[in-house]
Amino acid sequence: MEQKSTHVKGGEFLLRTFTTDEIFIPEDFSEQQIMIAQTTEEFIAKEVLPRIHDIEEMKEGVAVELLRKAGELGLLSIDIPEAYGGLGLDKTSTMLASEKIGPSGSWAVSHGAHTGIGTLPIVYFGTEEQKKKYLPKFAAGEWISSYSLSEAGSGSDALSARTTAVLSKDRTKYILNGTKMWLSNAGFADVYITFAKIDGEKFTAFIIEKDFPGVSTGAEEKKLGIKGSSTRTLILENAEVPVENVLGEIGRGHIVAFNILNIGRFKLAASVIGAAKTVIGEAVKYAKTREQFNSPIANFGLIKHKLAEMVIRTYAGESMVYRTAGAIDAILKDIDSANPEASKQILKGIEEYAVECAMLKVYCSEILDYVVDEAVQIFGGYGYSEEYPVARAYRDSRINRIFEGTNEINRLLTSGMLLKRSVKGEIPLLPHAKKLFDDILGGSRPMTDQPSGELLAAEQQLIGNAKNTVVLLLGAAGQKYLDKIADEQEVLGAISDMMMETYAMESALARGLKTVQMHGAEKSAGVVSAIQVLVDDGMSRIDTSARLVLARIAEGDMLRTYMTVLKRMTRRMPVNSVAMRREIADRLAEAERYTV
Amino acid sequence: MKLVVCINHVPDTETKVKIGPDGKSIDRTGVNFILNPYDEFAIEECLRLREKNGGEVVAVSLGGDSHKETLRKALAMGVDKAVLLKDEAPRDSFSVAQALADFIRGVSPDLIFLGKQSVDSDDAAVGMMVAEMLGLPSVSVAVKMEVDGKTITAEREIEGGHEKVECSIPAVITAQKGLNEPRYPSLKGIMAAKSKPIEEVQPTPAQPKVDVVAMKKPPAKSAGKIVGADVSAVPELVRLLREEAKVI
Ligand SMILES: Cc1cc2nc3c(=O)[nH]c(=O)nc-3n(C[C@H](O)[C@H](O)[C@H](O)COP(=O)(O)OP(=O)(O)OC[C@H]3O[C@@H](n4cnc5c(N)ncnc54)[C@H](O)[C@@H]3O)c2cc1C
Ligand SMILES: Cc1cc2nc3c(=O)[nH]c(=O)nc-3n(C[C@H](O)[C@H](O)[C@H](O)COP(=O)(O)OP(=O)(O)OC[C@H]3O[C@@H](n4cnc5c(N)ncnc54)[C@H](O)[C@@H]3O)c2cc1C
Repeated sequence: MEQKSTHVKGGEFLLRTFTTDEIFIPEDFSEQQIMIAQTTEEFIAKEVLPRIHDIEEMKEGVAVELLRKAGELGLLSIDIPEAYGGLGLDKTSTMLASEKIGPSGSWAVSHGAHTGIGTLPIVYFGTEEQKKKYLPKFAAGEWISSYSLSEAGSGSDALSARTTAVLSKDRTKYILNGTKMWLSNAGFADVYITFAKIDGEKFTAFIIEKDFPGVSTGAEEKKLGIKGSSTRTLILENAEVPVENVLGEIGRGHIVAFNILNIGRFKLAASVIGAAKTVIGEAVKYAKTREQFNSPIANFGLIKHKLAEMVIRTYAGESMVYRTAGAIDAILKDIDSANPEASKQILKGIEEYAVECAMLKVYCSEILDYVVDEAVQIFGGYGYSEEYPVARAYRDSRINRIFEGTNEINRLLTSGMLLKRSVKGEIPLLPHAKKLFDDILGGSRPMTDQPSGELLAAEQQLIGNAKNTVVLLLGAAGQKYLDKIADEQEVLGAISDMMMETYAMESALARGLKTVQMHGAEKSAGVVSAIQVLVDDGMSRIDTSARLVLARIAEGDMLRTYMTVLKRMTRRMPVNSVAMRREIADRLAEAERYTV
Repeated sequence: MKLVVCINHVPDTETKVKIGPDGKSIDRTGVNFILNPYDEFAIEECLRLREKNGGEVVAVSLGGDSHKETLRKALAMGVDKAVLLKDEAPRDSFSVAQALADFIRGVSPDLIFLGKQSVDSDDAAVGMMVAEMLGLPSVSVAVKMEVDGKTITAEREIEGGHEKVECSIPAVITAQKGLNEPRYPSLKGIMAAKSKPIEEVQPTPAQPKVDVVAMKKPPAKSAGKIVGADVSAVPELVRLLREEAKVI
């Protein structure tokens, strides 16, 4: 289905109701996108997963050999422009490939580090010469790349890096000194995209090759999970980097770092959704065959609850990921790749959704953590044994809440960036908040748009209420703390949680309504139940977060007034979630793989 | 070298198939359809022959519009042309073979490939029938083959071993697992497939000789029985196997 060409702004989801044709959903995938997904899935199933033990044991050469094979198939070139040996496909295809690669755990991290944070800095910030030199090799897997932002003393606070660069006397090279930490792929990478401060001040990105003088890597890190991905330090001792290997502008390394992280977060979200789907399939198959008390455990209510909840959350996450992919593609579609400014325009297009990218990263990584945790539980003692696949999935999941910006940092960014956009007037959130506030003081009920149709009308209304609640709280908190808001992390975090919950509910709802339009209500019964449970629980979670915020920012009569409004906004009859979850679990048990 | 490969669009072997309300066909809702796995070996063999000898590979499928998905996959793997013999009528193996043979006659290829069977109705008959209708030699269940000028040397799988055979071109080959390692459609191939047209041709109308009258699932397995845990249980076990199960 064609998307409207008027672009939705980042964060705008809070400010109005959307028609279903404005929202891209997985059921809108083109034939080509579906084929890319299938070929990737087949490659992972037939080439990568059978070698997972070798990968986990870091058997020499296996990860790289598989990266090269992936390169032959085109799985390293989706984001590389055609002019440099790539395919220059849309972001929905990137996300689909990431999703299908996700279940491979360690190898997915190797692939992601190479094609994402390792390749994209050159795609978007490289000079013509740099692109010509590196990208075709990256596309083929001939050279493997890595990304080196973190240091022992600077992780979340990446800009406080200590590694330095000094221009040589003959002005032909920079001399770098310092130790970078946590480079994924370091053990076999040929290139390290590295950040250092020129003269200890100007934070700058460099392209460093393995064979440059003074460059070496440390020992392999012993890790909790993704044990098959290489993670090492990068040691720079008077390392000599030619001046033409400065990447992007001097002193503007943070622009490279932050923009690449936006895309990294988004890809991570797709990847963890893929992992979640696989684990759900394993959990339900096990639950059907494992008998206790003379019954498959899949027949027990508490197990059904877990299975259904895994499905509901994954459905929501998946809906958010592809809604965002569709929105980004709608912007990128209008960019002429031959234009010399194309890279800048693409980055700007993606940056538009920085808030959404941060939300996706947090929300989806936490979905996977829920899914793997409950999967281990369903496997009982066997979930704790390495003989079964869920133990690995459990360990591998944990890193996703830490890298690409910890979930705390991304929670601060989510509401923080949105407030900044509002203050700058990029979206009319503050006037919207003020109007809601005036309505409350004036005693009138804040307006939400009336639901358009019959089906899921109550849910639509509640999501409208959720949006207004978030906007109201964000406005009130912004006004109360002004530029001191950064000190109110708990408030920002709670508002971010409400934002994510709202985005999840709306993305799932829009997808549900659209699939009902496509296939009829009868065939979409599971979807409708999933949305009803998601919204009922989501509103409770929103209520909890809102109470935390309100009790912090208001007191006395004002707090009382706010609480009356909150109560009205979240008022609803509970749905029969027990029956609905059972129904979802039964459908899953029949299909034996992720399905709603 | 002109090569034709006949391919089918079949339910994914992993999907749970349900019998439809008519009691003689499957319920297609929610069933994922894929390129018949044996046909992948057939396509791969054609692509290898073309890469070695030059020429053209035409993929043909008989069925409704949904078969375009499978033809698109063949194009993405690298076949040059795709033809849909568009017809939704129910057919038996004979009338499928008839439509394919009539189409192939118009193309007069050097070699015709099929999978050894479709994993839907598992007749394993279409390939041989096509050969018969065209009056061509055939090699079924091929696991290895070589072309030398006008001669084919092939190995077929037989119970407990392999059989080496020779025949002349043109001929019909049906592919068995092991014939080769089929390639994945590359992303480049997928993009290129988008711009290749799928030609639609009206096939010979169905004149089935066999009708499906009913379709049944195998009876559910009944629960096992544990007779005992040591030698003392042997007499009882023997009795049950003889009298109840009637297998000894
Ligand atoms: C397996 C693995 C692979 C990695 N791969 C790469 C890679 O390829 N390239 C690369 O550059 N880096 C990589 N990293 C590094 C990763 O990005 C960092 O670990 C991450 O950014 C967190 O930094 P840190 O570990 O120093 O934690 P810290 O920043 O010390 O954080 C510790 C805790 O404090 C919290 N915290 C920090 N600052 C704040 C704040 N302002 N407010 C509230 N809470 C705060 C954090 O959320 C976290 O909970 C990798 C790490 C691992 C473990
Ligand atoms: C590291 C380790 C050490 C252990 N040490 C010992 C030991 O020293 N001695 C010993 O005897 N055992 C030991 N165990 C076994 C342990 O007690 C069992 O794993 C545990 O009782 C669960 O049984 P199970 O693994 O068979 O899971 P199952 O019973 O198969 O349970 C699988 C899932 O189904 C759920 N379930 C089962 N029945 C129902 C029901 N009726 N209704 C709803 N849900 C249900 C369970 O809660 C679980 O989520 C150990 C296990 C491990 C992993």
